[in-house]
Amino acid sequence: MSNNNIFMGYTRADLTNFLIAMILSFVAIPLIVQTDYWYSSILIPWLCLALAAIGQQIVMGYAGQLALGAAGFMAAGAFACFNLILRVPDIPFFVALGLSGLVAAAFGILFGLPSLRVRGIYLMVATLASQFFIVWMIDKFGWFKNYDTSGIITAQDIVILGKPFTSPLEMYLVILVVVTILTVLAVNMSRGSTGRNWMAVRDMDIAAESMGISLLKTKLQAFAISAFYCGVAGALFAFTYLKSLEPVAFDIKLSFKILFMVILGGLGTISGAFIGAAFILLFPVLLNSVGNNVFHGAIDATIISSIEQVVFGALIIIFMIYEPLGMAKLWENIKQRFSRNK
Amino acid sequence: MTEVLFFIEVVVAGLLAGTMYSLVALGFVLIYKASSTFNFAQGAMVFFAVLAFVGFMELGLSFPVSFVVTVLLMVLVGFCTERLVLNPLMNQSEDTLLMATIGLGFVLEGLAQAAWGVEVRRLDLGIGDFPIGWIIDVFGLFVSALDLTAGIVAAALIIGLALLFKYTRMGLGLRAVADDPGAASSIGIPLKNIMLLVWSAAGVVALVAGMMWGARAGVQFALVDLALKALPVLIIGGFSSIPGAIIGGLIIGAVEKVLEVYLGPFFGGAIEGWAPYVLAIFFLLYRPEGLFGEKIIRRV
Repeated sequence: MSNNNIFMGYTRADLTNFLIAMILSFVAIPLIVQTDYWYSSILIPWLCLALAAIGQQIVMGYAGQLALGAAGFMAAGAFACFNLILRVPDIPFFVALGLSGLVAAAFGILFGLPSLRVRGIYLMVATLASQFFIVWMIDKFGWFKNYDTSGIITAQDIVILGKPFTSPLEMYLVILVVVTILTVLAVNMSRGSTGRNWMAVRDMDIAAESMGISLLKTKLQAFAISAFYCGVAGALFAFTYLKSLEPVAFDIKLSFKILFMVILGGLGTISGAFIGAAFILLFPVLLNSVGNNVFHGAIDATIISSIEQVVFGALIIIFMIYEPLGMAKLWENIKQRFSRNK
Repeated sequence: MTEVLFFIEVVVAGLLAGTMYSLVALGFVLIYKASSTFNFAQGAMVFFAVLAFVGFMELGLSFPVSFVVTVLLMVLVGFCTERLVLNPLMNQSEDTLLMATIGLGFVLEGLAQAAWGVEVRRLDLGIGDFPIGWIIDVFGLFVSALDLTAGIVAAALIIGLALLFKYTRMGLGLRAVADDPGAASSIGIPLKNIMLLVWSAAGVVALVAGMMWGARAGVQFALVDLALKALPVLIIGGFSSIPGAIIGGLIIGAVEKVLEVYLGPFFGGAIEGWAPYVLAIFFLLYRPEGLFGEKIIRRV
């Protein structure tokens, strides 16, 4: 085992995969992909939602707390970022981003408190409160929206060291840096003592407690870190994808979407967050293009979105029955089969 | 005096609106009692049932015929759910079943919209959403006829279900299954039939709830969000108690109306959207098993 361990417990294969992913995303994609559509409609929302899905993954997949309020924390992060840039002169973008994550984390701790008493669907209802409350609060108190009455506020430009990052490619690179750092952090946390505590609590909280793991600390930590990820993701989502700030963009539907990403992608894996986000994002695009190109628009758009809903729901049921660990596990199985045949 | 009257009016309107939450919550409780499954799809079933009902009416079927056809459709939905979702997931953890029913909810919503479209439909039950004359004359209170009907229908449904469970063979079987599914099936109680019965009953309850909601707010997708409010109702009442669902619904209905009318103006309104959930959190901290639920005991 020990000669497999190259760096901090990672194997050579882990590091090679990481290097390939980095070269692909930082060098190959910017060189190959030239159309703005790919950046602004696929890559940017994918990375933002994958980041939020990592947040959901931490609280649900690792710590086993059934939470359904990711979009609420995203809203908190997005509006915190908007207000910080608006009200604090010359605040560096990354500082504002980090602080908005912390604001979301504070909400995460507050609404994570019920997790100390309840679990399962009870907790889900408690976290629904955060979803509805945060969005309502932003909507009803004008200060958060800088007393804008139009309902849609344009997000400020991202300026880093005096240079504005406004083209889709530039924004993609900014997000990529943030997502890379936070993903590496999340992977490390999940492999370290933090992640082991989360999983112990997930698998049997009473047993974990009797082994000396503090439930209070572990659960609230998971909620705080999860909300931090969602907050940063929400800020990036609003500033680079939506390019506007509106509370309705962070409704319960988005929370469900993020939940589905995690369930379909695979509970308890970071890669599952990326796979799930890609699937949830790309499947409607695919369905629409099939509708347009194969049936030449003969199928109504509402029918297509209904089909999308049926497929997502059915897939959840199918995965729950046949592969509860989701697409990430499916991918592992395929890889294993091929390596065995070699 | 008028202020007191107004307060009573607000509470009564809240209580009666609360019976609509109770109706949705009742479907949850039925299924939870029999199979320990949190049926997250209950809201979607409400939407599906009433959209189907309106759809059949639009085809030119008469009111009773549409009702019967929709009930049969809901029985079919229950049958498919039992065979395709619950049976393969037997003995899985509660969280797994919950996630599967979330999926089921999306399937039902999608199917309903694919079959009957997304426009808001009007549903005319012949009962207006306006105050009843003689109550104004006698008590000086404004009470909506629709609210009152919903209250009476809810009461009738609950009495009917209670009688069904108490005095029929099926009901006895159901109570046995609710108590201990393993023991019940070992003495030959047909688990599958019981599940089918329960899901069908939940489907009928969903249809009635949907008709009440639909008559008030129009038959539309927003019904699913309204049905979500049955969750705090259940937390307050307890997941396994039918009286709990009723009283929980009444409490949520009354409290949210009173808060909205008296506190809402200070916060720009619309606190109805989250007040039930926050109320549920306070209940959770104080009494996690709800007012009438069984105490949850967990062991390593």
